[in-house]
Amino acid sequence: MRESKQLFRVLMPMVLAAAAAGCGGGDSGGGGAPAASEGAAAPAAMPFDVATAGNVSGMVMFEGTAPAPAAIDMASEATCAAKHTSPPTTEDFKVAGGHLGDVFIYVRSGPTDGMTFPVPAEAAVIDQSGCQYVPHVTGVQVGQTLTFRNSDGVLHNVSASPTVNRPFNIGQPGAVRETNRTLTSPEIMVPLRCQVHGWMNSFVGVTANPYQAVSSEGGTFDLRNLPPGQYVVEAWHSRLGTQQQTVTVTTGQTAQITFTFTQAMIASAVVPMGAPLDPHDHGPVAMGTGSTGEHVHGAAAAAGS
Amino acid sequence: MMRRLEAAVVAFPAGLLGRTALAACAGISMLATLAHPARAQDGERGKLVYEQWCSQCHGLQGDGTGPAAQRMLTRPRDFTRGLFQIRTTAGGEIPTDEDILHVINVGMPGTTMPAWEALLPEGDRQALVAYVKSFYPPFATLPAPVPLTLSSGGRASDDRIAEGRLFYDSIQCWQCHGQAGRGDGPGAAELDDEWGNPIRAADLTQSWMFNGGSTADDIYRRLRTGLDGTPMPSFSDLLNAGFMTDDQLWSLSHYVRSLSPADPPQVQEVIQVERAARFVEVPRLASDERWDEVEAFYVPLVGQIITGDRAFDPAVTSVWVQGIHDGTELAIRVTWSDRSKSPDPTWQQLWQPRVLAALEPKGLGREPGARPDRLSIQFPAVIPEGMDRPYFLMGDSDTPVNLWQWRSDQTRPQRATGRGVNDITTTGPGILTSDAQWVNGQWQVVFRRDFEPNNAETELRFELGRPVPMAFFVWDGDSGEDGTRGAISTWYFLNLEEETPVSTYIAPFLAFLITGALGLLAITRARRRDRESAIGGTPAAATAASTS
Ligand code: HEC
Ligand code: HEC
Ligand SMILES: [Cu+2]
Repeated sequence: MRESKQLFRVLMPMVLAAAAAGCGGGDSGGGGAPAASEGAAAPAAMPFDVATAGNVSGMVMFEGTAPAPAAIDMASEATCAAKHTSPPTTEDFKVAGGHLGDVFIYVRSGPTDGMTFPVPAEAAVIDQSGCQYVPHVTGVQVGQTLTFRNSDGVLHNVSASPTVNRPFNIGQPGAVRETNRTLTSPEIMVPLRCQVHGWMNSFVGVTANPYQAVSSEGGTFDLRNLPPGQYVVEAWHSRLGTQQQTVTVTTGQTAQITFTFTQAMIASAVVPMGAPLDPHDHGPVAMGTGSTGEHVHGAAAAAGS
Repeated sequence: MMRRLEAAVVAFPAGLLGRTALAACAGISMLATLAHPARAQDGERGKLVYEQWCSQCHGLQGDGTGPAAQRMLTRPRDFTRGLFQIRTTAGGEIPTDEDILHVINVGMPGTTMPAWEALLPEGDRQALVAYVKSFYPPFATLPAPVPLTLSSGGRASDDRIAEGRLFYDSIQCWQCHGQAGRGDGPGAAELDDEWGNPIRAADLTQSWMFNGGSTADDIYRRLRTGLDGTPMPSFSDLLNAGFMTDDQLWSLSHYVRSLSPADPPQVQEVIQVERAARFVEVPRLASDERWDEVEAFYVPLVGQIITGDRAFDPAVTSVWVQGIHDGTELAIRVTWSDRSKSPDPTWQQLWQPRVLAALEPKGLGREPGARPDRLSIQFPAVIPEGMDRPYFLMGDSDTPVNLWQWRSDQTRPQRATGRGVNDITTTGPGILTSDAQWVNGQWQVVFRRDFEPNNAETELRFELGRPVPMAFFVWDGDSGEDGTRGAISTWYFLNLEEETPVSTYIAPFLAFLITGALGLLAITRARRRDRESAIGGTPAAATAASTS
């Protein structure tokens, strides 16, 4: 017992060093304890025959009236206030013409389970600009570099409160333009906030594979190059909870799905977490078929977490 | 009888005087278990010890919801999320076993977390480490944590301190900690911890209250690792980013350390009032520079938990007291850290409701509102013979007390007579005057009065060389404090020095002698009282016991 511990101590720095080298460095080791070794290997190929791939494309709709965004008083941070041409507001609901943006869509389960995908070499970037996170919802793959950019020239802290990954809380003064972290386990979602500016919040979805997207302002999203087969696709929204749909991907085809959220689903508080996502849990999930997927109401999802 | 009981309640041995009362309440049932030392298999030892000593605060399930938890604003830690503040590992990483053992050993100053080193045998403390870890299962699967390689930091110097201040500004630590470091930054009213509980940005002028220790070394570590679970971030990335060097981070640590006294303040029972140079009036203003020349005496406060609406975790934990007299007139200045100039709309809106909702007891009289900050100084109505003093909590029907009251929403002070907490009559300012200023998270309040009172029948007359008992009450309005919900001290003695300094060279020497002698006296007395109460609880409760 003692010995194996000692061995760990000797080996850990090496593992960490290897991981850091593979991920492009810059990570001070704060992100999460288990080193993301997947990403460290030489550029891996896709774990299936790409010629067989198909796509999913879709739309997220919103029915009813979304709450009007609340004004944010940035008087305490003049630099940020000055960056906004129109008064800054909360970003919970991005609704335009019945379409819903900032919904995180990802493959909850399917043929890709257990496959190991190459980690994108490109970092996912979250900009702190005008004392808001841009984008408001971000997706990263396990092991992918997540870059926090500070375009404001004022102090922000980036405090992440995951439940599966280890947390972090980075102090990032105005002069430090970029800080990197990597998240090491799939997690829907990791909430971020800045405590210098209490109104700043944001969400990061972490998945084991590249099949994830954030719906555009027009509500559209695309999941490309999936191995053929039947998938459960989940849509997550910070105030509306989650919904799932099954979809069948066929080689060379693009399957269409539509998620519809309604006013009645609005949870009073932000719902950061769906059910914690166990990467090894491929068991059956409650689901609908076709285009009217069963949804988990936000509040119910929150109660479960 | 009642008072003795309270004293026994305060018997719980906690790390820090200022927070003892709180730990005490949690300790009630632990004391009961003390009498039955448990025996069990070694493997169950941790559970057993934990349930006996820790669960009152941390909860049987380790989720931080023990029966005493709601009385603490810095809540007992919920271990189920694996968040630890005092580590040698990088921000967000799990602590080493040594880290956990260390914090169990030395406790967390400034919170109710006691130091256990002297109370539990080593084996038990080791067993506790394992048991605490068991509440967060990933401990078993995560790779063993690797401590950061931490440098050691050289000595403080004026240059380094000045350099440190530059970084305090360029990083913008003041956003949370304020310009003078008293935790009153523009973002401070809104802070909460990972569990959604209100949390105060540390008052950097009170290093003896730092959770992880007060040395520059401790501060450097906290800056490298952050305090996980709190808004206090880690700043290690600043080194990687080339924003500052490790040496400069040390300068920042030295700067932060320099904001507090070099040594933790010592409690002296006698507060010396210096005689102003002949024919010079005593200072009228709180901002008078002559105050800088006068010794300040440290007076710790505890929450009023004896009667009525209790204050289990008061906002103000100490005051500094100074006095000057000129033979006929007396001026007393009381200085304390207070994050807001109550009623401050921002704090009233963003801070007060959260504190009132978080702290027991809840309910009536606890609606958020515009409450002022308040200070009361208490004297007996007549100088008592010998060591007798009235009941320290605003007197009783036989032995009334005089109160000098000040509040931040009024320009004139009040005199009052107390015959118990529920029997206080105010009589207007009379010849009592006051002046107050709030600057960067600090109140300074001056009371001034002739030795001769307005009414010699009901009010105290000061005499040279005749020590007068004196006690303090402080309320932070924006933390929802008023009435009996506030911070209190036990009795101290105010001594008006007889000597007019013959020359500036001899005066300090004399003061040194007198203070030394009286200090000794105070220490002996304190020791005796400690022995009497055998268990050394709060000064308040000890006094309560000794006066009943
Ligand atoms: C009187 C209440 C009280 C008791 C009794 C108590 N604790 Fe604590 N403990 C606290 C509080 C409050 C905190 C959190 C302080 C903070 O967050 O700043 C804490 C924090 C801790 C921490 C976290 C340290 C860190 O680095 O963050 C550990 C570990 C701990 N306690 C262990 C114990 C153990 C073991 C016992 C029993 C032997 C015990 N505590 C008994 C109040 C208590
Ligand atoms: C986002 C707000 C925030 C910022 C920015 C911040 N702090 Fe803190 N700091 C806190 C809070 C809140 C605490 C109290 C934590 C607790 O009580 O457990 C704290 C605690 C501390 C402590 C006490 C540590 C202990 O052992 O209790 C020190 C020292 C400190 N901060 C220094 C700094 C310095 C220096 C900076 C700038 C480099 C800084 N802080 C920036 C919020 C902040
Ligand atoms: Cu910010």
